[in-house]
Amino acid sequence: MTTDIASSPAHEPARQERLRTSLGLAPSGPHYFFHRHSAVVRVAHWVNAICLAILLMSGLNIFNAHPALYLGQGSDFNHPAMMLGSMSNDAGNTVKGVTRIGDHDFDTTGVLGASRVDGELTARGFPNWATLPGPNWLAMARQWHFAFAWLLVLNALVFFVYGLLSRHFIRDLVPTRKDIAHLPREIADHVQLRFAHGEEARHYNGLQKLAYCAVIFVLGPLVVFTGLTMSPTMDAAFPFLPWIFGGRQTARLIHFLCAFSFFGFFIVHIAMVVLSGTWNNVRSMITGRYAIRGRKP
Amino acid sequence: MTDRRGFIGKTLAGASTLFLTGCYDLSEKPWFTGILARVEDLTRTAQHLFAGPHTLAPEFTKADIAPVFRANGTIDPGTPEYAAHVKSNFQHWRVTVTGLVEHPLSLSMADIRALPSRTQITRHDCVEGWSCIGEWTGTPLALVLAAARPKPEVRYVVFYCADPMTIEGDPDKYYYESLELSEAVHPQTILAYQLNGADLGVEHGAPVRIRAERQLGYKQPKYVHRVELVADIKNIQGGMGGYWEDQGYTWYGGI
Repeated sequence: MTTDIASSPAHEPARQERLRTSLGLAPSGPHYFFHRHSAVVRVAHWVNAICLAILLMSGLNIFNAHPALYLGQGSDFNHPAMMLGSMSNDAGNTVKGVTRIGDHDFDTTGVLGASRVDGELTARGFPNWATLPGPNWLAMARQWHFAFAWLLVLNALVFFVYGLLSRHFIRDLVPTRKDIAHLPREIADHVQLRFAHGEEARHYNGLQKLAYCAVIFVLGPLVVFTGLTMSPTMDAAFPFLPWIFGGRQTARLIHFLCAFSFFGFFIVHIAMVVLSGTWNNVRSMITGRYAIRGRKP
Repeated sequence: MTDRRGFIGKTLAGASTLFLTGCYDLSEKPWFTGILARVEDLTRTAQHLFAGPHTLAPEFTKADIAPVFRANGTIDPGTPEYAAHVKSNFQHWRVTVTGLVEHPLSLSMADIRALPSRTQITRHDCVEGWSCIGEWTGTPLALVLAAARPKPEVRYVVFYCADPMTIEGDPDKYYYESLELSEAVHPQTILAYQLNGADLGVEHGAPVRIRAERQLGYKQPKYVHRVELVADIKNIQGGMGGYWEDQGYTWYGGI
């Protein structure tokens, strides 16, 4: 017998039990642990998490050296696709931060375009608290960025080889026809924050699989190849790179969009981890052990 | 609730400050910057492996040329000597080729223009992130170096420039750069004296600058007056191989 709150919301346990679930503690009723994540997946996950955090924050630092994006091979300085600019008054003091997207200007004073540095409003793409390893430090940010890009790629290679050989990709990540058929139901459950805790929780659901596949097989390669396209030597080695992406500046824009897609994924990922049982999820990604409600079948 | 939010907010802010301070401190630890230097070597080695000595940077058509080529870095050296050269239309400008060579050279602009030229429409990539396409004409550096007959121990080519990078009260600091020999003799590495069919303007490095099309902009110095062939860059100025390198930028500028 399994008690599955996802399929029977009417039989929700008492408040105490709900709290245990949301905290991700093992339920007080019958439950068992199963080995959810292999050691390779766990290590790859955390290496990836560190790399992505550092790559995003050092990337924003690099972006701040020229906080504008363009379409094409070269930069049409008068027509950026996106720009984080600032305005100053007659005395030369920065008074306003402006985010321009296409022809539209948005006042983003304090966060984007202009933010406080030692209490003084200063022209700056992204604020200092979002950039690494130090304020306005292009030379060092580039070195961090490339070092962790190498680590990210090596980690991804290990993960890909493992995923193929162990059949982790086929077994756990690629959506089945059944997953696709259940998508509407899955979306409805997610909207109502109903998550599987019984036997169903042994497998990723359809939405999860789609999200992971999009990040691993689309976003990951895209961010790496658009990054490489920004290197003039790589463009000499592989002239098809800038050609595929429609020019170096377009590649830079796509690289930026990828970075924020990763960030968007991160926010949703954290929300899902918290809502579907924080400690149970976190523990399974550290030790591999994940609690399943019900008796071991 | 507000208290709890305030607490969580403060905790997060505190943790992020700790993290950022930690990253900043790491960036000043020799063992850590040592690792970053190894990564730079790794990047350079990997890129050499893929690009080899001969692959060409993409070239474009006239239609791709930017209406205004952005001038960056020094836009006027501003010294009396340089102003005199501008006034005399660089008649007395010399580019010397010295160092580990059998046959040192001293070339006038007329000498350089008399050599075979190469014209290329290429994309200039600044380390800041922007790009600009322009048409450059100049003498392949390989021709000039060959004429000077480099000695076998040459590994780097150093360029000395006329633009002072002096911070007040600190004289005798001019822009300089260096390329490894293989990049210096790459077919698209030229002593450029024309941009978009006209003689180089002062803002673009008149009378002659380096174009090294597989490198970022800071590796392509302007106002070049001396080319020195060396076995090592350690003993030149800050020892890192270039003005920006001495300020912490990587010597390898292919990425």
